[in-house]
Amino acid sequence: MGMSDSGKAEWLTTRVDNLANWARKNSLWPMPFGTACCGIELMSVLASRHDLARFGAEAIRFSPRQSDLLLVAGRISIKMMPVLTRIYEQMPEPKWIISMGACASTGGVFNTYSVIQGIDQFLPVDVYLPGCPPRPEAIIDGLIKIQQIISEDSLSHYKVDESSEAVAP
Amino acid sequence: MLPADQIRTVMHDQFQAGFLEVTEFRGMTTIHVKGKIVLETLRMLKSDPRFACNFLADLTAVDHLEKGGHARFSVVYHLLNQHDGLRIVLQAWVDEELPVLDSANELWRTADWQEREVYDLFGIRFTGHPDLRRILNPDDFKYHPLRKDYPLEGRGERSDFPVVARTVGSKWSDRGRTFE
Ligand code: SF4
Repeated sequence: MGMSDSGKAEWLTTRVDNLANWARKNSLWPMPFGTACCGIELMSVLASRHDLARFGAEAIRFSPRQSDLLLVAGRISIKMMPVLTRIYEQMPEPKWIISMGACASTGGVFNTYSVIQGIDQFLPVDVYLPGCPPRPEAIIDGLIKIQQIISEDSLSHYKVDESSEAVAP
Repeated sequence: MLPADQIRTVMHDQFQAGFLEVTEFRGMTTIHVKGKIVLETLRMLKSDPRFACNFLADLTAVDHLEKGGHARFSVVYHLLNQHDGLRIVLQAWVDEELPVLDSANELWRTADWQEREVYDLFGIRFTGHPDLRRILNPDDFKYHPLRKDYPLEGRGERSDFPVVARTVGSKWSDRGRTFE
């Protein structure tokens, strides 16, 4: 860091990055999408014993418009996938996805016509949690990985790419 | 409860050609009939004082594609007489070409959703049903997945969804992700 040839702006941007990342990673607002047994494990992580509040992510929001971390906990059926996509699209940027458990990540043991074989086929997953269900420690580890991703982030990434068809919400 | 051979006589006298057989397995009596007389049989089992089955405990279906039987599908009605605990099973056999049965909705209202489930998963239709829509699968689902000729992994339905990309610029997805 410091002043560079290109002037003050660059120095300032770096500091804003750090500030924004620090604020973002320590106050994640998860949107829980618990569709099966993993959802139960997720509840225990939010409760007092494992206490996700220690990592600033205790404010569970059931409105996607108020959250920035989508926690997919459980198997996603073909009937639920459009709903999940809709919820992800409603979340404001920046946003991250944790795919929790074998089912959300790969379909798990449910190799049937009605279960999505991994939500990452259709959604940009950031962190996968292995396990059936993942232990609470694993969920906390996944959250710390998300924090790590956020701290590597930069505000300059949020410029909308004119050449791409993607539209910021 | 009537013994099986008496049920056989009663059924034969009342329904002749539509009646197929009565079988017994571990104390459970099953009456097999052709699909077209299912409603009369159910009405008789409900109103005849010798049976008086006032409760439809379950309604489901079986695909006998490779197993063999009187026809391809049998729709299974589990009936219960709640006064003396008599249980009786009725199997109505229907062909693949015309999988249509009369709805039991007028006798037991609980048949409504159960017939919708049988329709959704086996493609058996029920005439006289007030609202025969799919109940579990999405409305635009094309097949009847509990039929034995439908593959377990489906016909591509589970991978047929739009892909949502990251919504901010291309740089976003290029982020190096190392967790060492
Ligand atoms: S991964 Fe295991 S615990 Fe999680 S939803 Fe699937 S079956 Fe349930």
